[in-house]
Amino acid sequence: MFDVLVIGGGNAALCAALMAREAGASVLLLEASPREWRGGNSQHTRNLRCMHDVPQDVLVEAYPEEEYWQDLLKVTSGITNEKLARLTIRASSSCRDWMRRHGVHFQPPLSGALHVARTNAFFMGGGKALINAYYRSAQKLGVQIRYDSPVDTLELADGRFVAAQIPERVVNGVCLPAERIEARTCVLAAGGFESNREWLREAWGQNERGEWPSDNFLIRGTRFNMGVLLQHMIAAGADSIGDPTQAHMVAIDARAPLYDGGICTRIDCVSLGVVVNREGQRFYDEGEDFWPKRYAIWGRLVAQQPGQVGFSIIDQKAIGNFMPPVFPGTTGNSLGELARKLDIPEAVFIKTVEDYNQACRVGRFDHTQLDDCHTEGLSPAKTHWARPIDTPPFYGYALKPGVTFTYLGLKTDETAAVHFAGKPSPNLFVAGEMMAGNVLGKGYTAGVGMSIGTAFGRIAGTQAAAAAGYSSQVTREGQEHAVV
Amino acid sequence: MQLSDPHIPEKSDCAESYNLISVLNLDEAEVERQMNICNACRYCEGFCAVFPAMTKRLEFKKADIHYLANLCHNCGACLHACQYAAPHEFAVNVPQAMAKVRLDTYTEYAWPARFGALYKHNGLTLALASAAGLALFLVLTLLARGTLFPGRLAGDFYAIFPHNTLALMFGGVFGFAVLALLVGVTRFWRRISPAETQAIVSGAAVAEASGAVLKLKYLDGGHGLGCNNANDRFTLWRRRFHHLTFYGFMLCFAATSVATLYHYLLGWEAPYPVLSLPVMLGIVGGIGLVIGPVGLLALNYRRDPAHGDAAQRPMDRGFIVLLLLVSLTGLALLAWRDTGAMALLLAIHLGVVMAFFLTMPYSKFAHGFFRSAALLKYSIEKRQPNNLKLGSD
Repeated sequence: MFDVLVIGGGNAALCAALMAREAGASVLLLEASPREWRGGNSQHTRNLRCMHDVPQDVLVEAYPEEEYWQDLLKVTSGITNEKLARLTIRASSSCRDWMRRHGVHFQPPLSGALHVARTNAFFMGGGKALINAYYRSAQKLGVQIRYDSPVDTLELADGRFVAAQIPERVVNGVCLPAERIEARTCVLAAGGFESNREWLREAWGQNERGEWPSDNFLIRGTRFNMGVLLQHMIAAGADSIGDPTQAHMVAIDARAPLYDGGICTRIDCVSLGVVVNREGQRFYDEGEDFWPKRYAIWGRLVAQQPGQVGFSIIDQKAIGNFMPPVFPGTTGNSLGELARKLDIPEAVFIKTVEDYNQACRVGRFDHTQLDDCHTEGLSPAKTHWARPIDTPPFYGYALKPGVTFTYLGLKTDETAAVHFAGKPSPNLFVAGEMMAGNVLGKGYTAGVGMSIGTAFGRIAGTQAAAAAGYSSQVTREGQEHAVV
Repeated sequence: MQLSDPHIPEKSDCAESYNLISVLNLDEAEVERQMNICNACRYCEGFCAVFPAMTKRLEFKKADIHYLANLCHNCGACLHACQYAAPHEFAVNVPQAMAKVRLDTYTEYAWPARFGALYKHNGLTLALASAAGLALFLVLTLLARGTLFPGRLAGDFYAIFPHNTLALMFGGVFGFAVLALLVGVTRFWRRISPAETQAIVSGAAVAEASGAVLKLKYLDGGHGLGCNNANDRFTLWRRRFHHLTFYGFMLCFAATSVATLYHYLLGWEAPYPVLSLPVMLGIVGGIGLVIGPVGLLALNYRRDPAHGDAAQRPMDRGFIVLLLLVSLTGLALLAWRDTGAMALLLAIHLGVVMAFFLTMPYSKFAHGFFRSAALLKYSIEKRQPNNLKLGSD
């Protein structure tokens, strides 16, 4: 029997497995996906939001705990747990040496991402390189790893983990029998439910137009986060937290694949032009703030529009001023041509753009600052970077909501324990997206998902090992860091 | 997918003709497709020069693609780190796409242009050249001495072939090979560099590019742990074996050059004693040129099949084996130069070296020239102001 069973194969799961193994426990990690898709959403990540009081290798200046906390408070509108949030923030200040020991490399921010040079440490090669490094390290340390092993049921006894069950399944044409795996302790790190279309449909329901909005959502991440275990745990009486419609959701290119579109499907020209809905109307201030600070709200904004679609419209002047999109834009030599190609009502669209153009008060355009180009007498206003859209060719990019991960999860505390009716389980722990909702009630800020996954993955691994009888200096190390 | 024939531009040395928009062939179109994905992602920026060079562009035209393809060292890092690699529907495999275009560029820029076709069946090219080289020197030996075993000649090669004959033959072929390579790489350079770039080659850029070439900087993975070979683990062995091969080759070349100087300037004629400079250089270089290629070959056989272009394996392995034969036959000749086998060993060694020289501009050997040119362009380009202001992401 293994000491620690880790269910999941992404960042949080690997952090837990590595910590438990380092503490001396025997560890089995079950990844639901085949090997080539391993790592869940972590394979699409690229950085870690890190607290630091002085410049640290790739991180410039300082990003103190209080500022990090205020950023989190702002994006979540206060729907967060201060204790767990601060725990995550402090852990982010000290985990990188441990990550490096397991083969993760950091690099200065990528081009086009300089605005986060102070707050975020980038993984060299991105999240898949990080995942590869953790798997290599886990293998070297003797963690048993199994792919194609989706757990769908846990056997529980009075809030204690007893065993996990993997149903019968077909892998590469071979039918594998159902299995029952016992372990002394267990860490759940199997992701959110964003890949489960039916659950999304149920959560988002039908809107006043009779649409099922989530049917038009794209999933930026893995297709394997079906939320099977999350559903099972909630049904089994585990305490849950979070609103099922809340998620990290951005507006992405409507042509993106249904799953795993990742970073490259983003459209970064929103703040340089206007965004209209399929009726040709604007619906939000495109220049409210820098795009990196606003991208996370546009998914929901587009989700509220008819057909859950928006169109980012720019003209020739904007070309070269934003990160290149993966697919070429639709072009038109006149606004009318563009409207026809995008299938937007031509007259309404032209009027929207002309009204906007006339309302523009152009000062000194500078897209690297909150500049003074704005509209007057227009509703909704565009408060920065407002320049008339008047230089052909015109470009249009259709946008759809892209879900990164959902926030509904299991309620936990600073020990990462799963709770049943307010009581912590002695040997069942949770980490990653399955509990991120404790810290993120809504909203998002770049790199915080990995901070939560790393912090709670490491805590869960340590606690699980300890519950199986393996305490080690790593536990003490974790406590030391808390006072940094 | 089979390689399509690259579109060879109309014969013209006039640089202006290159500025016309050219249609991309299938391999180039694939690089363009992948670069548009990579340019929207950029996670791999830290690995090598390809991705920083990519971020200076929004469009990928033929010249850009040829440049980037030769900047790529096929280290594999970006493939293993790629969230869009197969089975993802984007099926991004930059090392493979770049490798295919690289072969197209060797073919397209080869001089004389017709000889570029030798890259299409490079295993055959090397085999025929080796057969021809060996046959030539075996026959010449027979013509000169009437036998392949003329007895002990105390290591005196010139008792079989007069020095001037050898100097003329090898000097002529080597001179042609160098000329062909220089013409080829110049054509490539003109294509990838606009005229204004060509005018601003700075000392710093040359120094940086030379360092990148001589240290194989871009086989270090960006973090110093090396490149990928069999899997997602990093290894420095490819870099080490390449160093042994390259510097071994250079020492052998130095041995020959020193011997030539001895002969013509100082009037010291071979055979030289083992402890003389040319022989010592040859021994040390020869040993490097044995260990290096053996190591590279072993790595090549263990290489992840997804790396690079499988159709180029015969070219890569043929070239490595030919290098190995050059060093092995050279060392064998040195070891047994005082025995009756000397004449035979000399014929074999000279035949292999001749095959090597003959194919220099039409074998994997050319990669060093094209890559050096691409690295120089990179060092120049990165010192120029970036026109793109992609403010945020």
